[in-house]
Amino acid sequence: MNGAAAVGEDRLEVEDLACAAGIRILFDGVGFTLGPGQWIRLRGPNGCGKSTLLRALAGLGRPVGGTVRWRGAPTSDTREQWHAAFAYQGHLPACKDGLSAAENLHWQLALDGEASSPARLRELLGRVGIERQARLAYQRLSAGQRRRLGLARLVALHRPLWLLDEPTTALDADGQALFGELLDAHLAAGGLAICATHLDLPVGAAAIPLELGGRRGA
Amino acid sequence: MNAGAAILWGLRRDLALAMRSRAEIAIVLVFFLLVTSLFPLGLDPDPVLLSKIAPGIAWVAALLASLLGLPRLFAGDHADGSLEQIALAAAPLPALVAGKVLAHWVATSLPLVLLAPLVGIQFGLEPVSTGILVATLLLGTPVLAWLGAIGAALTLGARGGAALLALLVLPLAVPVLVFGAGAVESSRAGLGAQAHLSLLAAGAILSTVFGPFVTALAVRISFE
Repeated sequence: MNGAAAVGEDRLEVEDLACAAGIRILFDGVGFTLGPGQWIRLRGPNGCGKSTLLRALAGLGRPVGGTVRWRGAPTSDTREQWHAAFAYQGHLPACKDGLSAAENLHWQLALDGEASSPARLRELLGRVGIERQARLAYQRLSAGQRRRLGLARLVALHRPLWLLDEPTTALDADGQALFGELLDAHLAAGGLAICATHLDLPVGAAAIPLELGGRRGA
Repeated sequence: MNAGAAILWGLRRDLALAMRSRAEIAIVLVFFLLVTSLFPLGLDPDPVLLSKIAPGIAWVAALLASLLGLPRLFAGDHADGSLEQIALAAAPLPALVAGKVLAHWVATSLPLVLLAPLVGIQFGLEPVSTGILVATLLLGTPVLAWLGAIGAALTLGARGGAALLALLVLPLAVPVLVFGAGAVESSRAGLGAQAHLSLLAAGAILSTVFGPFVTALAVRISFE
């Protein structure tokens, strides 16, 4: 694969990771290695720590044990390079109600240092099927359209690693298919992804399964 | 993204957002004018008394007005997840935060500074004293903005955050208030306002240099 060779050294190594909620250990001993073109489907019952794991990887919240390495370097030591390596999409939209869909995308991309022309924004919104809603205030978008706006940001950022928390909630069948296509394209280009989800994602590439909380049943 | 671009991002984005919610900013200004206008009504309308208490009243009103706008600084971004993405950006967080606080100061404190001459006229302050009052506000409000920013970041996610924020910030703002309001008095007494202004300027520099790092740290803590 051409893309894989270009970012061949992209590798996420997680070793013996443990996270706690208060004094309760949510999970421990989580370890995996993720290379270019691979993705992890993160599953487990509610409250088992899927979101906590993703947040701990991103650096929002401190794990109680274990190490996370990106390209061989611990992520906590190389914060800015690490932040430039992944795109995190949690439960919160990071969008402003008062701004339009296009304006929200504009500021999100600007935070990444990417200047975006109106034409570029229209093209991105078009790719996720909400071009007609570009000028609509964010608060007037439907839940599914909001998700699609989040996908537009993911695609535009060009980050090697995607950390996604329930990426397909509220998406209709077309939206889920779209997400599957985007993730497949990302993986085919040598990208990596970790998706926490309860739903079956329509993704061509086979996932590495990771199940949390199985033995505790919490 | 380098620090300069990060400051600019915070400044431009938050000013753009402030322009969308002009009503909230207008409330701060109207509050400032209302509070200063209430004192002549409640006290004896004696011109000598009024011109004597004018600097103190203008300063207390500015302090309270700056508190009023503080919860806007981080709470909205925290609630909708923007602050997460800001903290995860591939840019220095202190610089992003500095841009946000600068925008906050421009949107809510700078207008107070510009309105201060109006308060001076209202209270019959002589022009020199009004000038000193404006200068103290110009130097003192950045200190208030940084103290407030640190407090606002520390109280993120706390229940009753706004009230807690006031309790946290008001005691710390006392020195600023003392030197700010004391400058006019000191110049009237023939001692000159230079010492007061120098101290306020030192405070402004100190808070602007260290404020971004402390605030960024407080923002990171809020996610743990």
